[in-house]
Amino acid sequence: MAASTLSRGTLSRGTLSRVARHVVLAVFVLLMIYPLLWMLVSSFKPSNLILSQTGLFPSEITLENYGDGWDALGSPFTLFLGNSLLIGVGSVIGNLFSCSLTAYALARLNFRAGKLYLALTLMTIMLPFHVLVIPQYILFAELGWINTYVPLLLPKFLATDAVFIFLMVQFIRALPRELDQAAMIDGAGPFRIFWSVILPLMQPALITTTIFTFIWTWNDYFGPLLYLTRTELYTVPVALKSLVDTETQSGIGTMFAMSLVSLVPILLFFIFAQRYIIKGIATTGIK
Amino acid sequence: MTLTSKDTGRRVRGAPGAAGSKPPGGRAKPSGGTRGQGLVAHIFLLPWMIGMIGVTAGPLIASAVLAFTDYDLLSPPQFIGLDNFVRMAGDERFWAAVRVTLVYVLVSVPLQLGFALFLAVVLDKGLRGLSLYRSAFYLPSLLGGSVAIAILWRQIFGENGLVNHVLGWFGIELGSWLQDPSLALSTLVVLNVWTFGSPMVIFLAGLRQIPEELYEASMIDGAGRVRRFVSITIPLLTPIIFLNLILQMISAFQAFTQAHVVSGGSGGPLDSTLFYTLYIYQRGFVNFDMGYASAMAWVLLLVIAAATAANFIVSRRWVYYGDE
Repeated sequence: MAASTLSRGTLSRGTLSRVARHVVLAVFVLLMIYPLLWMLVSSFKPSNLILSQTGLFPSEITLENYGDGWDALGSPFTLFLGNSLLIGVGSVIGNLFSCSLTAYALARLNFRAGKLYLALTLMTIMLPFHVLVIPQYILFAELGWINTYVPLLLPKFLATDAVFIFLMVQFIRALPRELDQAAMIDGAGPFRIFWSVILPLMQPALITTTIFTFIWTWNDYFGPLLYLTRTELYTVPVALKSLVDTETQSGIGTMFAMSLVSLVPILLFFIFAQRYIIKGIATTGIK
Repeated sequence: MTLTSKDTGRRVRGAPGAAGSKPPGGRAKPSGGTRGQGLVAHIFLLPWMIGMIGVTAGPLIASAVLAFTDYDLLSPPQFIGLDNFVRMAGDERFWAAVRVTLVYVLVSVPLQLGFALFLAVVLDKGLRGLSLYRSAFYLPSLLGGSVAIAILWRQIFGENGLVNHVLGWFGIELGSWLQDPSLALSTLVVLNVWTFGSPMVIFLAGLRQIPEELYEASMIDGAGRVRRFVSITIPLLTPIIFLNLILQMISAFQAFTQAHVVSGGSGGPLDSTLFYTLYIYQRGFVNFDMGYASAMAWVLLLVIAAATAANFIVSRRWVYYGDE
């Protein structure tokens, strides 16, 4: 008897709570996403209507904002998109190359300093960027690299994004060692094993690294703000910031339009690579 | 907390010896030739070593030295002992930056984790549409660090922005949030809370690790929902709560982009959004007061390290790591 009341009770309470949960969730989704939808819609409204209309159905639609925004900074926005793309792709290549080499050595090769190196690498994850940036700036300035992309790209080729080393080390450790041993018996050396055995199996970790490296460098604001002062070298975030600084001339509409353009690559990753993004956060805590 | 992907994790568990890689058998196993892997390893590690020395450790030491100097990039650094730290103690803007950053960390991180945990629990357990909701909640985390969203925020909290429009329905009339020293920081707190999706995803992964049998057993014992949440979910989730706390705290201490864009680089009005990192930037790269900025950066490093260590010590009292 006790059991039957229990099950009936949980059943009806179950459906009720399921509906309640959907309502709570839907309200939250709306609250979270509304600002984004509003920005999207507003980017197609004439600037003077944006703040007076808070709904999602504009009375007037125009593409003017996109046209104006594209040329608002003297150089076409295409240039900034291209610059950002160049740095994004370069950073991805750098991280894939340097972090996978490092991770393989730390996860698989036996040598005395291995544990120490791994511990050092993990410690650098916690290091606030600001402690390093002043001497880095001085160094790169001495080398004449201000207003070049070297300060933004070179560190990526030197395995300085320790999170990805950590991600890859974890991944390699989960691969059965028997694979290496079989290859070793066939006469493969460490380089061969890395290239032909480990690297192909690491594909999911490499994809996660690619996605997050790209998104982070695409969003990166501090680096370009420091190292790039000439407009034609600007990446998208600093270009957007200078649109804000000329706000009175450009108007809200153009800022919204260009902001949305800047988010397109991230949204594409979000739509097509979500599985990897979710897994990446759940396994390493990267954002 | 598993740190490997689910499918490989399962495969490894089946293969004895590979899982921990700790047991002595696993280490000694590869026969001859492995002693000499030091050389090979260092070839693999060449980029890492250059980076470690040139981009990480070198600058770290250099900034520790610069902290005791007066340096403006033009003339050579002058050793001035502890003067930078003494100046800091009497610098009102420094204390404003400390206050702003502490309020930001102490308010936005608990709120963010609270929302993350709440929604993770609501989402857990086979609710239809889970992945759709999860995506919607996660999207802001991907976008939150961008200049584009900071621009959006300036408009939402502006004088005629969305927020004031909604408040108007309730008869609340406010000016621009960004120009009001008592409100400006809260817009950035809201922005950080808005990105609760990434800790939520980590919570969801953690919730999935809690064995279903525990809930079933407690239901048979007559435990209600609240009781189950308090006695099973929370204790078993404490390691994940701790992980999220550390991660979000460290990143909140270092927030920069949003404050720089929202306040137009000034940290205003009246230094009410002068984040610590923003003040470092102003001293170092606007005033070229690089010794002082280095000293400030080191204080930040030490504060973050102390806060993390304190968390680890306190965690022994509340984080539950299975039966001991």
